[in-house]
Amino acid sequence: MLAHLTVAELAEKLQKKEVSAREAALAALEQIEALDRKIKAYITVTADEALAAADAVDARRSKGEKLGPLAGVPMALKDNLCTKGVPTTCASKLLENFIPPYDATVVERLRQAGAVMLGKTNLDEFAMGSSTENSAFFTTRNPWDTARVPGGSSGGSAAAVAADEAYFALGTDTGGSIRQPAAFCGVVGLKPTYGRVSRFGAVAFASSLDQIGPMTKDVRDCALVLNVIAGLDERDSTSADVEVSDYTAFLEEDIRRMKLGIPKEYFAAGVNSEVKAAVRKAIDLLVSLGAEAEEISLPHTEYGIPVYYLIAPAEASSNLARFDGVRYGFRAEADNLLDMYRKTRSQGLGSEVKRRIMLGTYALSSGYYDAYYLKAQKVRTLIKNDFDRAFAKYDVLVTPTTPTVAFQVGSVSDLLTMYLNDILTIGANLAGLPAVSVPCGFAGGLPVGLQFIGKPFAEGTILRAAYAYEQNSGLRKSKPPIAAGGERHE
Amino acid sequence: MSKYETVIGLEVHVELSTKTKIFCSCPTDFGSAPNTNVCPICLGMPGTLPVLNRKAVEYAIKAALALNCHVPSYAKFDRKNYFYPDLPKAYQISQYDLPLAVHGYLEIECDGVKRRIGINRVHLEEDAGKLVHSEFGDYSLADYNRGGVPLIEIVTEPDLRSPAEAKAFLEKLKSIMLYTGVSDVKMEEGSLRCDANISLRPVGADYFGVRTEIKNMNSFRAVQRGLEYEEQRHLEILSAGGELVQETRRWDEDKGVTYAMRSKEEAEDYRYFPDPDLVPVIVDEAWVEEIRKSLPEMPEERRQRYMAEWGLSSYDAEVITASKAMADFFEAVMADYHDAKTAANWMMGEIAKHLNAAGIEINESRLTPAHLLELLKLVDEGTISGTIAKTVFAEVFESGKMPAEIVREKGLVQITDEGAIAAIVDQVIKDNPKPVADYREGKAKAIGFLVGQVMKLSRGKANPELANRLLRERLDSQLD
Ligand SMILES: [Zn+2]
Repeated sequence: MLAHLTVAELAEKLQKKEVSAREAALAALEQIEALDRKIKAYITVTADEALAAADAVDARRSKGEKLGPLAGVPMALKDNLCTKGVPTTCASKLLENFIPPYDATVVERLRQAGAVMLGKTNLDEFAMGSSTENSAFFTTRNPWDTARVPGGSSGGSAAAVAADEAYFALGTDTGGSIRQPAAFCGVVGLKPTYGRVSRFGAVAFASSLDQIGPMTKDVRDCALVLNVIAGLDERDSTSADVEVSDYTAFLEEDIRRMKLGIPKEYFAAGVNSEVKAAVRKAIDLLVSLGAEAEEISLPHTEYGIPVYYLIAPAEASSNLARFDGVRYGFRAEADNLLDMYRKTRSQGLGSEVKRRIMLGTYALSSGYYDAYYLKAQKVRTLIKNDFDRAFAKYDVLVTPTTPTVAFQVGSVSDLLTMYLNDILTIGANLAGLPAVSVPCGFAGGLPVGLQFIGKPFAEGTILRAAYAYEQNSGLRKSKPPIAAGGERHE
Repeated sequence: MSKYETVIGLEVHVELSTKTKIFCSCPTDFGSAPNTNVCPICLGMPGTLPVLNRKAVEYAIKAALALNCHVPSYAKFDRKNYFYPDLPKAYQISQYDLPLAVHGYLEIECDGVKRRIGINRVHLEEDAGKLVHSEFGDYSLADYNRGGVPLIEIVTEPDLRSPAEAKAFLEKLKSIMLYTGVSDVKMEEGSLRCDANISLRPVGADYFGVRTEIKNMNSFRAVQRGLEYEEQRHLEILSAGGELVQETRRWDEDKGVTYAMRSKEEAEDYRYFPDPDLVPVIVDEAWVEEIRKSLPEMPEERRQRYMAEWGLSSYDAEVITASKAMADFFEAVMADYHDAKTAANWMMGEIAKHLNAAGIEINESRLTPAHLLELLKLVDEGTISGTIAKTVFAEVFESGKMPAEIVREKGLVQITDEGAIAAIVDQVIKDNPKPVADYREGKAKAIGFLVGQVMKLSRGKANPELANRLLRERLDSQLD
């Protein structure tokens, strides 16, 4: 079945003209048709546009034109990435009818590379959440068990890739929003170094933490997509002027004598023992491949959650203030300006978004700024220093991606428990480091994620470690039963 | 006012005249159709990001250097958060605790007294859009053309001691801004806006009184009037033993009064924090020096030079250099002319008179240095008289035609032919027996009247010196 293919496999078949871009798009659309009623990964499916784009690629290929590396490969985009002429809702009632007149830089680059957009995927409203339960529209289901959440906030993208409803997808990661759903859904998810990928066109949640990254079926695909989206963008002042390597070139090197740091705080109480066991087993495999692993300490880890829940909401309170009903999006009927602001935001925004706006507004208020926001920034520096010290000695840090496997929809009602989902992923955001999650087995039949954290701009190194693990674990392309129907094309 | 001393500080916003906006590439043109100079970035649409216009930083530094400021090597941008429909992102990108420039000063002169007014800071920020309210208050329209135009905010120390000084400061500031060329400083187009803080304290006190902030003063005169009103109001309250409230007040130009807008307690909390979308501005010293070198000669230096180089009086030099446009004009004339005093007299006389009447600056008029040069040469060569020159100038000013062309068209060429003037002189002597007799009786003044009559009869075209000489020759010879 075509939809099972990885990006690399599909791209090769397309190049050899064994399949057409139209066939590839149709296969994904059929999978969406068959499964998305249960999975609910997509908010918007752009079938007609996808087929038209695929036909255009086929036409160019038949003329022998030079095509981009992803020419004809269908993809899904998280619905907080702006797409010209296609609704970009952020899973919010407030932006339900918002159609951007511009593409995000990553979307532009992917289109240039020939990728074909299938549609826009579900998320927690404005990327605030760990389960997609905060979507204003519906909750996406985990393809491994549809009673469970896919994780979040990029849950729609993770589920779409896991269920073969897309060959790859993009997500955004502010505190783990790519890696946590990737772990829950058994796919690969990479959060690049802060500044590696342009944020232009990603609707901002917390600007100093947000990064866009690939969510793919395997590590090679992750490298392929990163090759396209990484790099300096003059439209984003925080994008880095650091050379983009061919990330697939790193994959072939072995990991002998690679120094792995195993932060003990990431295996503390609260991390499920089956998850720990799967990760320990993965580390053993890496050591058997020649890597050297040592336990280390990142002493400020426990402050990650409080620091994150001050900085991210503070930035969000400012970033989301523009949704006031004046220029675009939802506007409530009102008698005067203040009333319009109040009603528009009361009715247009969900409770988690409101909670974070209030938290952030409070943290920035005069009289509280020093005690909260400023102090959080100082502790953020301490957390960063922990990583700097570790990376003086180690190449890559290896940890579980999440404390647990995917939980039941509606089962987590306590906010702090929900927020603790991010405890193992937040550090990389606060320190601006690249981190990738790869599947490392199962606990209770549900996927477990293994996280590799690297030095700034060392995406190549963590992808190499992840690839070495993936190639030797025998877990590559494990399929959830719901998506496994039909023949495997291998 | 004997018991109290007035303390005034100003916050002046000056729009920089960069070609494009501060964080996007939209044009900054004034007067375009509403919402035509906009893009997703300056409309604050979701996902868009600001990218700093380096030219705006350069202009701001240039302005700051002209105000004798120190430019630190590190500055950053902060978000000033508040909701208003003219502010698309619901925050203004501004600078909070690390502005582009600090610690400057400006020398002003008011009522013959020179004083140095401290500049606390100069920072760079984006302008907001503009709301147009319906007449009946039932709707408002938003125009975002101005949103994102670069502004500098200049904050003075509380060093001004009278409303007149405040006005003198603004005039000097305007002159300096025009000199640097970073702004066209048109208050009526909103490219210079001023808020003022005022308080009174007992003479000799080392503390400040309760201050009020005045907004909505839309001209230099309004600033002075608003401050005078507020000064008087404070004085009356304090003299009656009353207490002032720290508040923001709005100047009503038509009624000539201020109204309370909001008290200190109602003041908004702007929740400033560093803008994570922008990187810090690292200003290296070499760049500052480069900008410093690009600064044009400032009014004071020019004044000194005009005195030294052309022998102008201090007063004349000051008047001409107050406006860069006037001084530039003057220098363009002097590049080709020898008599600075005559040229200066024209600048301060006829030219200033016509500009004032028209209410425009010299660079907005049709007048060019070539016009004045030609006119001066026509006078010097004796082609026209000084009197005729004024008539010709009025038409030059009006039409922009060259003086020689006007002289030719209207037949205004001076009569220098002795025979022709002699005939007129004879006629005048014949027609005015009384003044002639007066002259002959020793009343030398009468000659002036007779010359005037010659000029009148020649419709101003007679060469006045020739007329004078011929008159004297005739009257004196007949005396013998
Ligand atoms: Zn713009």
